[in-house]
Amino acid sequence: MNRTLDRARVRALLPALSLVAVLVPIFVLQPTTFSYFGIGLLLNLAVPLVLATLAQLAIITANDLDLSIGPFVSLVACIGATLLVHRPLVGVAALAGCVLLYAAVGALVEYRQIPSIVVTLGLSFVWNGLAVLLLPSPGGTSPAWIASAMGYQTPLVAAPIVWSTAIALGAHLLLMRSSTGVRLRGSGGNPRAMRRFGWSLVRAKATLYGVAALFGVLSGLCLLGLTTSADANLALRYTLLSIAAVILGGGEFVGGRVSVIGAVLGAITLTLAASFLAFLNVSPDWQVGMQGAILIVVLSLRVLLQRRGAPR
Amino acid sequence: MNDPAASDEAGGEADVLIGLAGIGKTFGRVTALADVSFDFRAGECIGIAGHNGAGKSTLMAVLTGVFRPEHGTMTVAGRAVRDYDPNAARTAGVRCVFQELSLCANLSVAENVSIVHPELRGRAWRRRATQMIREQLDAIFPGHGIGGHELIADLTLTQRQMVEIARAFTTVSAPVRLVILDEPTSSLDAHTSSQLLAFIERAGRQRVATILISHMLGEIERVAHRVLVMRDGRVAAVLPRDAATQDAILRAMGQHVEVERAPAASADAARREVEREQAGYRFGVGAGGRVSIDARRGEVIGFAGLAGQGQSDALLAVYEAASKRRERVAFVAGDRPRDGIFPLWSIVQNLDIRWLLNGAHARGPLRLPRPIDRRASGALAQTWRQRIGIRGAPLDAGILSLSGGNQQKVLFARALASDAQLILMDDPTRGVDVGTKRDIYQLVRDEAARGRTFIWYTTENDEFAYCDRTYVFRASRVTRMLHAHECSEQALLAASFDKAAA
Repeated sequence: MNRTLDRARVRALLPALSLVAVLVPIFVLQPTTFSYFGIGLLLNLAVPLVLATLAQLAIITANDLDLSIGPFVSLVACIGATLLVHRPLVGVAALAGCVLLYAAVGALVEYRQIPSIVVTLGLSFVWNGLAVLLLPSPGGTSPAWIASAMGYQTPLVAAPIVWSTAIALGAHLLLMRSSTGVRLRGSGGNPRAMRRFGWSLVRAKATLYGVAALFGVLSGLCLLGLTTSADANLALRYTLLSIAAVILGGGEFVGGRVSVIGAVLGAITLTLAASFLAFLNVSPDWQVGMQGAILIVVLSLRVLLQRRGAPR
Repeated sequence: MNDPAASDEAGGEADVLIGLAGIGKTFGRVTALADVSFDFRAGECIGIAGHNGAGKSTLMAVLTGVFRPEHGTMTVAGRAVRDYDPNAARTAGVRCVFQELSLCANLSVAENVSIVHPELRGRAWRRRATQMIREQLDAIFPGHGIGGHELIADLTLTQRQMVEIARAFTTVSAPVRLVILDEPTSSLDAHTSSQLLAFIERAGRQRVATILISHMLGEIERVAHRVLVMRDGRVAAVLPRDAATQDAILRAMGQHVEVERAPAASADAARREVEREQAGYRFGVGAGGRVSIDARRGEVIGFAGLAGQGQSDALLAVYEAASKRRERVAFVAGDRPRDGIFPLWSIVQNLDIRWLLNGAHARGPLRLPRPIDRRASGALAQTWRQRIGIRGAPLDAGILSLSGGNQQKVLFARALASDAQLILMDDPTRGVDVGTKRDIYQLVRDEAARGRTFIWYTTENDEFAYCDRTYVFRASRVTRMLHAHECSEQALLAASFDKAAA
């Protein structure tokens, strides 16, 4: 029994360890970053990625993959920079419509048994097209309330840390601790069993996709508040970054096995990895490759841990 | 025997938990259940026995509300019910322990309890769930060593089965009245198995009825008050406790044996001539090659036993060994969608794929790619279409435009059209209609007479009438080898079921 506990604990600690492994060298290389403002600057862009990661996590919980979350976040930012400023009611209605559409897509994916990758890949072009229609060239303004919310200075601890912690705890309670969250995760773990016990898989998947859209909307608005203007290609890289963050945080592609807190740590690690490489004077051309290398190292570590602890 | 429900037949009527009357269910053209009538009474343990495809699993799916019967009526506590679904089954107190476990591996033990109890929500649900499952585990498997917070993925198979069983006996609001145990001891060791059997007897005294499905007939003999024997989707016999010996159960399972024995004999004469070659195959399969399989040229060898006792693995081992020795070998897959057909290819392309590899071994891996002789492959497909009777679509149509039986014929033609001398068949007549089966039997006989060797795994016992020799598998081991003349239904059943004294 001790052995299983230990293994579970080591697995849960891995995302935290990888965060420390990136954070400590940064503080050593640039001691000035170890301050309220330094951390604030470092993690400034972490919050929207954390939210996009949780959106991806909701989809991965359902054994699916969302290839459209990046374009979706961009679209939300574009809606926020145009409709939400000029005609707030229309803007809110558009965002609500997006969430409903996402939930409907989730229901369709389950009902017709179509691969989510195909559907979301197609949708990514739809979102991107809509964003270009709304905002053909970069521009727009952020609604004042979003900008002020993102610029809010929290006491003692930098705002991004406070936000990330609050989001992580909230999502953890909802998905990992509540009985509803447990049933949603169950539908990813063993769909046949869930159906046998009388649960609706269509409803579970629609809920998870709807939750993903909610996090996507929050991510887009956050990003808009930070950048104060939008662009149809603002967050395209979020698609792959969010998948990487979920996996880095201990999630698996199949089997509904995810960790909310791990995924949030993973998103922060990935945000920091970019700064870390910049501090090392790695040229931007190499940064993407280096990020990939970090991912491979962490994932290899996890495989090693699993193999060593495999039940005999 | 000291159980009240078993002894007083007259008083039992009032205690009927679930009554089945004339239940029938079909899948396409296959009749899974026909005219099943049975009463499940409070506190009684019913043993259910029957061979593969006898309808046991379908009957359990009907009881748990997963399948809706097409004919007949169901009564719960004496009242007829119309919309019997999983939720209705739960309210009626029916729980099921499934053979392939229905636990979510990504959830903890306690979280898995909440999945079967929708009422388990709100504050402290987790603590209540943990407490419930621990109580049941303590009651059934004392000394189990499971805390309740572990992930299922981190448990051993035995522990998972213990959790699955204990979960079925947990209660929130609806009481447990009838628990179905489908092969519950398949992953349990002897100690935990006997703990479970003792608990079943104790549960009966507390008016909880159980259904025990097991191929360990000794277990059924030990705890069952009545034994329901099924065959071909029908109730073959209901044996009272005193009459439910292992022999009686086996006899009841083997009723209505109508095996036509003539065919194997008629092919004999032709085969003798081929046997001048005398050469044959010998394969060692299983762990360390302990099981040796002999096959002479022109012989049909059967692999028998209950489903999933290692026959498919043995076939694959034979295939690998034969390929390594550069034998000309072909494989007919049983699980068509998974490893049989290429769903996007046409019928011709599906049929000629093995033929294209003819002589590949002789030429070695370094041969140059060359264009496919379309005309030859078209002619080949035409020939086999006529020989084997593929009906329903033109040859250049997609394979999925054919019915399941015709798709299977294409897979047969794929193997037979090649230069293969050894043909392995992995339960190829699963879900195939009777007409196609007869065609396939005829082909196997003809081709064997021409000197081809067949190794044939099937779950249908009457097909072994076409085999010269039959190896019976149990737990990945060959328990018996039967020659054609001793291959009766009785002998097959006795060798497939564990008839050891329990």
